[in-house]
Amino acid sequence: MDFTLSSEQILIRDSADRFVADNYAQDKREKLLKTEDGFSREHWAQFAELGWLGIAFPEDKGGFGGTPVETMILAEAFGRGLVQEPFIPSVVLGGTALAYGGTSKAHSDLLEAMVGGEKLLTFAYGEERSRYDYSLVETQAKRDGSDLILTGKKVAVPFGAAADTYVVTVRTSGEKNDQDGISVVLVDRDAAGLSRTDYKTVDDRRASRLTFDGVRVPEAAVLGELGKGISLVDRVIDAGLGALAAEAVGNMSVVQRKTVEYLKNRKQFGVPIGSFQALQHHAVDMLIQLELARSITYYGTMALVADESPAERKRALSATKVQIARSGRFVGEWGIQLHGGIGMSEEYVIGHYFKRMSMIELELGDVDFHLKRYLAQKLIAETAEEAVPEREVAHA
Amino acid sequence: MDLSYSAEDRAFRTEVRDFINSELPADIKHKMKTGIELTKNDYVTWQQKLNARGWHAPNWPKKYGGAQMTVTQRHIFDEELALGYAPRQMPFGISMVAPVIIEFGSEEQKQRYLPRILSSEDWWCQGYSEPEAGSDLASLKTRAVRDGDHYIIDGQKTWITLAQFANMIFVLARTDPNAKKQEGISFILVDMTTPGVTVRPIQTIDGGHEINEVILENVRVPVENLVGKEGEGWTYAKFLLEHERNGTAGVAGSFQLLDRLRMIAGEQRFDGKTMLDDERFAERVATIEIELTALSYAQMRSLAAESTGKRPGPESSFIKITGTEIQQAITLLMMEASGHEALDPSNHASLWYFNTRKTTIYAGSNEIQHNIIAKRILGL
Repeated sequence: MDFTLSSEQILIRDSADRFVADNYAQDKREKLLKTEDGFSREHWAQFAELGWLGIAFPEDKGGFGGTPVETMILAEAFGRGLVQEPFIPSVVLGGTALAYGGTSKAHSDLLEAMVGGEKLLTFAYGEERSRYDYSLVETQAKRDGSDLILTGKKVAVPFGAAADTYVVTVRTSGEKNDQDGISVVLVDRDAAGLSRTDYKTVDDRRASRLTFDGVRVPEAAVLGELGKGISLVDRVIDAGLGALAAEAVGNMSVVQRKTVEYLKNRKQFGVPIGSFQALQHHAVDMLIQLELARSITYYGTMALVADESPAERKRALSATKVQIARSGRFVGEWGIQLHGGIGMSEEYVIGHYFKRMSMIELELGDVDFHLKRYLAQKLIAETAEEAVPEREVAHA
Repeated sequence: MDLSYSAEDRAFRTEVRDFINSELPADIKHKMKTGIELTKNDYVTWQQKLNARGWHAPNWPKKYGGAQMTVTQRHIFDEELALGYAPRQMPFGISMVAPVIIEFGSEEQKQRYLPRILSSEDWWCQGYSEPEAGSDLASLKTRAVRDGDHYIIDGQKTWITLAQFANMIFVLARTDPNAKKQEGISFILVDMTTPGVTVRPIQTIDGGHEINEVILENVRVPVENLVGKEGEGWTYAKFLLEHERNGTAGVAGSFQLLDRLRMIAGEQRFDGKTMLDDERFAERVATIEIELTALSYAQMRSLAAESTGKRPGPESSFIKITGTEIQQAITLLMMEASGHEALDPSNHASLWYFNTRKTTIYAGSNEIQHNIIAKRILGL
């Protein structure tokens, strides 16, 4: 194992940091938040030019041959800068679905267009009654000749208004909770029968509710195997979890650093408040949580790179999300608390990080969901052990 | 950045596992699993097997007979020993005094003590804390007064783990009573068979006898037992503590505790189910397991930095804090999982819980570790 970045990886990190420094000063970001898209198409074109949109995809899948490590590096830098561009929805979620579920020239063309910055993707899996359980799919896709007719609703679709193509989970057979019968389909933003309600999220991003009312898509729009989409969805979710974790680490690192700066500069009772032991210990605990978050992100990223078995991967990424959410909550809440009143001010940046981290905690499943998902994974090693139960522990 | 285990790493894991399976005596493994205290002979038996394989000192350079393992190998080694229920590695010789001797000791000290640690001929213990010098270690009062080619040591050391097994103790003593607090302290190696050394047991709340007081009365120690320079002992003491902290975090040991917890929770039944079938309990276990996973990667990161030449720095403090909190959280669940059976001391679960209260106190209390990080990392 080697935890140091290669020179290529350092270049990627530095160029992402430079992008943030050039484009994400607080005043520039504030302007961006007020635009309709909530992000900049010019920035997105830069991402494409810099190769960031295809960086983590294997070359045979239309990418530039990187790994989830490169995704981690970029997502962390974007987290440090509170970058608004839909990197995770379009590249990590949408792109992974196409890279691993694509079966045709049309699919690889779409991925190429996404990598080139011409097409934006997003991922629509959540439903009103599913919470985070992505195998609970009630959106129906009924066969009509060689087409599928979609009926149902999707919620919390990230950057739904800007996306050109939605990667949508639908049910092509079975009951609502069945693992079998889930399919992943591509739906064009202008498809007849598709309506959208857009909103600005609490962390100043954009999201949409999608209503499918008899939306007709050809069978060629199906990614992966019809009715067997759950394993693709697992992979997409896991890739997203890895990137979200890195983004959260980026967020946390800034909150932690700014909080310590504040403790050094803010004076009360005639001294810097950082001289008070009660505050020092909370600041230390923030650092500890940041380090745990960073470490579990390496672990999750390693599982994505190793890609051994779905169970191992899912377990590792759920573990990652649990720790990230717990650490992020801690760092965010104490970041606000140690800043005192200024931490509550919309003008000051800490609160913006806090809101983003709070939403990351919920995106792609919260702590409770991922604890259950973690426990549900039966590892091969454990199954083997169960065959020969060890009962050596005695009440001696 | 390469976050995967190489083929060599995997092969090494198998090698360690096979070694434990074939070499760890069944009676020792049984004691480890059931929580029965090991005898000195049990420890020595196992250490000698490790030594025969060249693995007794995983952290030492090859030229002193160490295995000089890479960071990843060390991680795998510790993990396999813990999960295989091998006796825990006694740190006092191998990873406390030896690194100090290797770094600061004389050639004669290296020649004399390192082989004796490897062969288990010497068992070391740590003479740091005193009744009036706990967290404020530098206020220690034990004195070493020069008398010709000897020091005469007088003082009282306390909380000394397994001093009853030891024949050697490394002592922090004040050689210059007029110097400022941290100055004037020296690091001296003392043969415990020297007249004037008395070991008194301290029974702990878990009913065990692990710790002791060591009284030093008019103990004559040859000056060649001084490590490094007179008055520089505080520097060596801190060097040792930083090495100690990574060990006291007990990361690999916590994976063993988790396994133990699963065995207990898997046996305790209510209404036809085990505690592991109880969703709420299982989630509490999982939460700790996940935090431990994060910590084990944090530790690897810290060790990896160390292997590039960096000394273990203040970041070892945070590994100590989190590692010990995790140990306590697991033993609490062990006690809870045992239900009514926790009342019976022969069940051991509650005794583990009582025992691990020490972990957030020893090797510099967790509050002291917070102070260290606040000052040395955060600059507060």
